[in-house]
Amino acid sequence: MKRRRQTREINYVPPVKQEIRQTKRAGGDFIDKLLAYRDAHVFALFFSLGRLLRSPFNTLMTLAVLTVAIAIAAGFQLLVINLQPLSGSLETSAQLSVFLKNHISDADAKKLAETIRQNPDVSDVTVIGKDQALADFKSYSGFGDAIEALGTNPLPVVITVLPADNIKKQAQLEPLQHALQQLDSVDAVQVDTLWVERLQSIIALIEKSLGTVNALLAVAALFIAGNTIRQELHSRRQEVIIAKLIGATNGFIQRPFLYAGLWLGFVSGVLAWFVVTVLMLLLWHSIESVLRLYGGSFHLLFFSVADTLKLIGLSTTLGVLASWAVLQYQLRYAVPE
Amino acid sequence: MLKFERVSKRYHETGEVLTDISFQLKAGEIAFLTGHSGAGKSTLLKLIGVMERCSQGDIWLDGENLCQAKQRQLPFIRRKMGFIYQDYKLLQDRTIFDNVALPLIIAGFSYQEVLRKVRAALEKVSLTGKEKKYPYALSGGEQQRVGIARAIVNRPPIIIADEPTGNLDPDLALEIMNLFVSFQQLGVTVLIATHDISLIDKMNHRVLKLSQGRLVSG
Ligand SMILES: Nc1ncnc2c1ncn2[C@@H]1O[C@H](COP(=O)(O)OP(=O)(O)O)[C@@H](O)[C@H]1O
Ligand SMILES: [Mg+2]
Repeated sequence: MKRRRQTREINYVPPVKQEIRQTKRAGGDFIDKLLAYRDAHVFALFFSLGRLLRSPFNTLMTLAVLTVAIAIAAGFQLLVINLQPLSGSLETSAQLSVFLKNHISDADAKKLAETIRQNPDVSDVTVIGKDQALADFKSYSGFGDAIEALGTNPLPVVITVLPADNIKKQAQLEPLQHALQQLDSVDAVQVDTLWVERLQSIIALIEKSLGTVNALLAVAALFIAGNTIRQELHSRRQEVIIAKLIGATNGFIQRPFLYAGLWLGFVSGVLAWFVVTVLMLLLWHSIESVLRLYGGSFHLLFFSVADTLKLIGLSTTLGVLASWAVLQYQLRYAVPE
Repeated sequence: MLKFERVSKRYHETGEVLTDISFQLKAGEIAFLTGHSGAGKSTLLKLIGVMERCSQGDIWLDGENLCQAKQRQLPFIRRKMGFIYQDYKLLQDRTIFDNVALPLIIAGFSYQEVLRKVRAALEKVSLTGKEKKYPYALSGGEQQRVGIARAIVNRPPIIIADEPTGNLDPDLALEIMNLFVSFQQLGVTVLIATHDISLIDKMNHRVLKLSQGRLVSG
């Protein structure tokens, strides 16, 4: 009872008109509006984060799926980044295997190799003697026992010829191949470019499909993020309607949801970066040792700073875009008017 | 301040709910809108808030025709009025402070000003000290005072209330009505819809009476 009387008394204190004047002055100037605008955005940024953290399971599920989608796309991109220099250097790594006639001894082969080395189209030669060929064959093929049963070594001496640096295409290799073929002690010359060509066409295929695969993954990511925003919008329907009744613009209502999309995109982008980088580190040794087999000078490329920024920027944009699309569609149904 | 000119409202499902309504409220005037349940009181108030559109006629607020208002103007029109509802329409998962602050945040006030104005509004409805509480922790009368604080916090020139005391016992109802009268005495225009005739009789103010969608007195 006491408080009620008090209520009425306070209500009749008339400081209001004075306050209105103050308000006009304080709220009027541009800087104040700017500060208010910044406050509103900072508020929405952290408010939306708070909302996401309030349903941690849902948010984590969304982030996990988003991260997987983005990590696949990013990993694929990284694969292509690594393959590009590889395919370039492969062009020059074609080599010729010169099989000598069976009766040619290791010593004769060495002499022949030296004469071949004089050819200006040749940069290097390596002689694989009969014994070494047998040892290699035994260790790589697993048919060692069968060979042993033969009693003699059936393998010929092989000279591998590395063409000069200026020879890049198969067509340029042909005269050299021909010249070697003419030599008396040579049985056959084999050009090992087929596998290079195959590899190059595989790389080309991967590069071509990169766009399509990434577009599909982007669409998937849009749907995942969009669905989460849609749920969030649904659970805050009452709030949206009340805000509209109080005079909120669509921009104001959309803001926290757009920021929620921003958070989802940003965090999953960062997570995807870590996932791909950690996977690369785990695979690093095996990949590098495989690559080293083919000429030695390959280095695994990780994300550059620019790539990293691009990745996170794109995933963030994706999150905002998903949120925006859902809002355009859904807000039409949450109207008091 | 507020002027209805031959306003009608038709719904697809229920036909004509308001017929040929004309009246005028001067700035700083207070009036009660009464009539039996289903007479069209809520519909009339919704036309003012442009939550529904007029079928015919014009509604003028401060020289602006609400019946012709464009969709993107609605937020700014609504900021000029303080709406109060029977069910309070508070955000249950936000504190009293946040609820009252919402119109200010929407209107783009800086945090400093929000703080000051929310405190002033809560003081006016005698809820000082309850800023950090949540609506469910308050009584019905207190929740309605929060709704009122939210309606007045941005100092709109007109306050519109739809059955503001519908859920309250008579003592509290009278207290809330007196609160509205106090706003009117400070120069605010007030329009209150209620079917509580006994309450209106006690107050001795202008009464607009609706019957079957027509204004029969006022
Ligand atoms: N959205 C609507 N669609 C169709 N008919 C409606 C709608 N809202 C209200 N009505 C009808 O309009 C009439 C007046 O309703 P209302 O304005 O709520 O009356 P009151 O507030 O005086 O009780 C009622 O007959 C009701 O059925
Ligand atoms: Mg009603």
